[in-house]
Amino acid sequence: MRRVLWILAVLLSHWRRHPMQLATLLIGLISATALWSGVQALNQQARQSYDRAAAIFGGARTPMLVARDGKAFPQALFAELRRAGWPVSPVVEGRVQIDGHSARLLGIEPISLPVEVGNAPTLGRTDLEAFLTAPGQTLVAPETLADLELKQGDTPRLSNDATLPPLKLQPQLAPGVLVVDIGAAQQLLGKSDQISRLLVGNSHGPRKPLQQVAGDRLMQVEPDAETDLERLTDSFHLNLTAFGLLSFVVGLFIVNSAVGLAFEQRLPMLRTLRACGVSARQLNTVLVAELVVLALAAGLAGLVCGYVIAAALLPNVAASLRGLYGAQVPGELSLQPEWWLAGLVISIIGALAAAATSLIKALRLPILSSAQAYAWQDAQRRWLKLQSALALAFFAVAALLLWLGQSLLAGFGVLAALMLGAALLLPSILEFALRLGERGARQALVQWFWADGRQQISGLSLALMALLLALAVNVGVSTMVETFNRTFLVWLDGRLAADIYVSAADEAQARAIQSWLRARPEVEAVLPGGRAETQLAGAPVDVLGLPDHATYRDHWPLLQSAPDAWKRLVPGDAGFISEQLSRRLNLSVGDYIDIPAPGGDWDVEIVGIYADYGNPKGQIAVNVAALTRRFPATPLTRMAVRTDPANVPTLIAALSNQFGLDGRNVVDQASIKRESKQIFNRTFAVTGALNAFTLGVAGVALLTSLLTLANARLPQLAPLWAIGLTRRRLALIELLKTLSVAAITALLALPLGLVVAWCLIAIVNVKAFGWRLPFDVFPLHLIRLLIVALLAAVAASLLPVLRLARMQPADLVRVFTIER
Amino acid sequence: MSASRTIITRRAFAGGAALLGLMRSARAQGFAGLSEDADGFAQVLPGKDFVFPADHGPHPDFRIEWWYVTANLTDVAGNAYGLQWTLFRQAARPGPQGEGFANQQLWMAHAAATRADSHRTAEKFARGGVGQAGVVDKPFQAWIDDWQMAGSDRTDDASLAPIEIAASASNFAYALSLEADRPVVLQGDHGYSRKSEHGQASYYYSQPFYRARGHLSFDDHSVEVSGSAWLDREWSSQPLASDQSGWDWFALHFASGEKLMLYRMRQRSGNYTSGTWIGADGRARPLGPDGIVMTPTQTVEIGSHKLPVSWRVDIPALSIGLATTPLNPRSWMATSVPYWEGPISFTGSHQGVGYLELTGY
Repeated sequence: MRRVLWILAVLLSHWRRHPMQLATLLIGLISATALWSGVQALNQQARQSYDRAAAIFGGARTPMLVARDGKAFPQALFAELRRAGWPVSPVVEGRVQIDGHSARLLGIEPISLPVEVGNAPTLGRTDLEAFLTAPGQTLVAPETLADLELKQGDTPRLSNDATLPPLKLQPQLAPGVLVVDIGAAQQLLGKSDQISRLLVGNSHGPRKPLQQVAGDRLMQVEPDAETDLERLTDSFHLNLTAFGLLSFVVGLFIVNSAVGLAFEQRLPMLRTLRACGVSARQLNTVLVAELVVLALAAGLAGLVCGYVIAAALLPNVAASLRGLYGAQVPGELSLQPEWWLAGLVISIIGALAAAATSLIKALRLPILSSAQAYAWQDAQRRWLKLQSALALAFFAVAALLLWLGQSLLAGFGVLAALMLGAALLLPSILEFALRLGERGARQALVQWFWADGRQQISGLSLALMALLLALAVNVGVSTMVETFNRTFLVWLDGRLAADIYVSAADEAQARAIQSWLRARPEVEAVLPGGRAETQLAGAPVDVLGLPDHATYRDHWPLLQSAPDAWKRLVPGDAGFISEQLSRRLNLSVGDYIDIPAPGGDWDVEIVGIYADYGNPKGQIAVNVAALTRRFPATPLTRMAVRTDPANVPTLIAALSNQFGLDGRNVVDQASIKRESKQIFNRTFAVTGALNAFTLGVAGVALLTSLLTLANARLPQLAPLWAIGLTRRRLALIELLKTLSVAAITALLALPLGLVVAWCLIAIVNVKAFGWRLPFDVFPLHLIRLLIVALLAAVAASLLPVLRLARMQPADLVRVFTIER
Repeated sequence: MSASRTIITRRAFAGGAALLGLMRSARAQGFAGLSEDADGFAQVLPGKDFVFPADHGPHPDFRIEWWYVTANLTDVAGNAYGLQWTLFRQAARPGPQGEGFANQQLWMAHAAATRADSHRTAEKFARGGVGQAGVVDKPFQAWIDDWQMAGSDRTDDASLAPIEIAASASNFAYALSLEADRPVVLQGDHGYSRKSEHGQASYYYSQPFYRARGHLSFDDHSVEVSGSAWLDREWSSQPLASDQSGWDWFALHFASGEKLMLYRMRQRSGNYTSGTWIGADGRARPLGPDGIVMTPTQTVEIGSHKLPVSWRVDIPALSIGLATTPLNPRSWMATSVPYWEGPISFTGSHQGVGYLELTGY
């Protein structure tokens, strides 16, 4: 044991002499762990809240019995089923209004609630006495409490004048849900002796057939393996994960170069240790132990950074998830112990993986071989050919995936294969470019410039690869974001052509508002609309009723249409469908769909396809009169109003006064647009932040590589100084060299980035969201990124170059005396 | 016996109620001592006239009540079995009965099946008011989910027979027909059964003369069985004294046709012992606290519980001296509040079978 400690002490002394190298290693590990775990924390937080939403008393995770007509049914059926051996538990559900806020009220029966229904038993059994006995309790999530501006123990009044039992905080609960005892819920919702659904437990035992007990009234609905919310948000999380993984890989590049260099520099030390009688195995064990200790320390720091990153990004992530998918994710981070553990493990595994080659070498170390500081780089040069071959293989995989792959995962696979292939090919391309430069050079110094640059490539290649990847992703993502932004703005303008949007409480009020509006001279048009819900191919679909009016005809953003599409809409046997729906069901203009309607299926010809960005649901647009014929119960409570924009504020004020409408019921076009843009900006703020982080990590990689190379390169530079080049000049040449390789890398990153952007737009977006954007290139963006890359390279090389410029001549002279 | 049942009530049902979150109130009342009229429930007083079938049905104004059946059975090969079917009612608060889910009654049931090498148990909970569990006096029916004890138009009010009982769980099930030709037996002083020197009491009657026939299955392996069964009916509102730690209770079927009920209430200052001797003709003779000697002879350890499963029972006035042996010493009711309850047999001055219940260990 003591011996091991001594060996460790000897090994650690290296870091004392090379603190910069230690810093490099730690920075690499920290940044790898930080971004990875930060992203994981975000995903975990979001998934937790989906689980919470899904697990509320068997939301979607438990089989249930529901009435065939979807309505409530008598509670006597509950007892009959129980007596027939069915392990069922009743739930009654409805919506209530508290002070203008709408919430879901859930009545549960905690005693019969099956144990396996999510987190329900802990909810139910903690303080059941208080829950069951008067006055009872209303369980509520902290977020809901904050939204309602109420506190624990309050008994808020509902819009129907009933009073809720005292509020009780229940952190596991999903936001927007109020849970009370079923007896109380029946009273509050006016559903005496009624049940909305029955949850079915999985206890065994003989059961009478459902038909025999309940006749045709009930049917069993099996749980979804994945909730809708999870399905919808998968793409978003995959996006985040991909970024996390990218940063992780870039971080490991740094670790790999740091460990490789440290190993080479420690070779004499290792040799001496071996010569002193330390076995190869012992040495390796200590090397691994050293690495694990470093990885643990860096992992902890990385986790703290990851937490900070996640906490900083979470509000944006939560906002975009809410905006895009209606998913309620709380804005506060709560992490489980597993997260910390996983972060440390990933840090250790990453460090070991990055150091694997060095460790294997140490194991096979011949005692008597002399130290060759560049042996590993030479070996890497030999790898160039193999690397290029590997790169081609990756490209082939990308092509194959593009050809065969259908899923979102395949889309990301194409991206990953392309980027890895390009990264692997980078050293060969750089080598080729520098060789071209060398051939073109006439002057000795210029020739040396190119040759030395080539010689340096192997040392810098990993950092440059990282730079390439980070830049390419930046180009790709910013191109996609910009494309989306433009398309979205144009689309929003078309979609929101009217000036004011009003939503009445009921049809009577809607009629009153309409006649009031029509009497106003400044109102140009009142366009009533409606919306019905139905199901198509098992997924919910909205049917939108559009009035036949120029506002829509002139602006509604149609992607494809049959001739005279708007005219054909009027009779009611034709409709438009959203792009998402057309992709999901593989429908195009000229096809027919059967829309399930209350009076029987409604056969509609598709005469147009329109963009419907940001809507997870499929949508069908038909004439509003046809909609009310086919869906008679559709309330026509929404209306769009055309007027001069100058009249908007006064009109809204008058409307609010006259009908008691508030900001939720009457909105002007500008605010809707502003809100929509905010949602999308927030979404891409997250992407942008991760983008910046990745670029930052790549910059650090470059810096650390240059730093570690700086000392080793003195033998190359000293002769030039000796033959008369000033240190300042030498430093300038070094800077130029770094800049030129960085510039070549950045130039290569541009086309790669455009390919990435194309993949994102044409594959990932289509698969993830169901819409395809036009592919545009934004040259200004590209130039800006190029400059950023060069600035990053300058920043990274500044420290080593300044050091060189200020180096003591004695240090340069010494190179000749201690030549190895 | 009534006392021991009360312990079951207090222990197991309060324990079940613990699951329901009601333990605090139950225990608080338990420890509140002798506040007999403070809580608004109906009180047990001597001199009640029992009326059937009405008294077979529930008495919701009283806090607690149970329908408790045990049976000693054998198959054609002579193998012995025991089974238990129990339904408890507890009112969460006094006052008028709430409608639907607002009803204050809570129901709990235990079922068990025992043979020499195996003891299976199950329990159920339900709220009153919606029909998931309940008791109707005519035609008699007591149920919780698909467990039930059901009479028919043929059921005689005086003897509460014939009647069918059934229960099933994941690893056992049974269905028995019970018949009897003698009326139910009032325990204690004409059905007023004292539980301690402090005056706690319950209304209590039994039907110890059931002849049982039916089938019993362990893990889907079914056997035909027949034998004797015993029903206990008891209801009360009064809390127990705080120094009572548990009960040992016997219900014995003598081979000669007589029945014997005995209990010993363990408390800090001297045990309270009581019982009833029931002749083969159905005539009951209460046994006072003196003159009954109950001595444990053998204990088993189940988990951290030390249980006296074999006993020596002496009643000199009746020339009775018995040694009892459990069919399965590990008849442990692993319910929300656990206790020991299982079939026994006895030898000595008389022979026969019966049931033993041990609580509070």
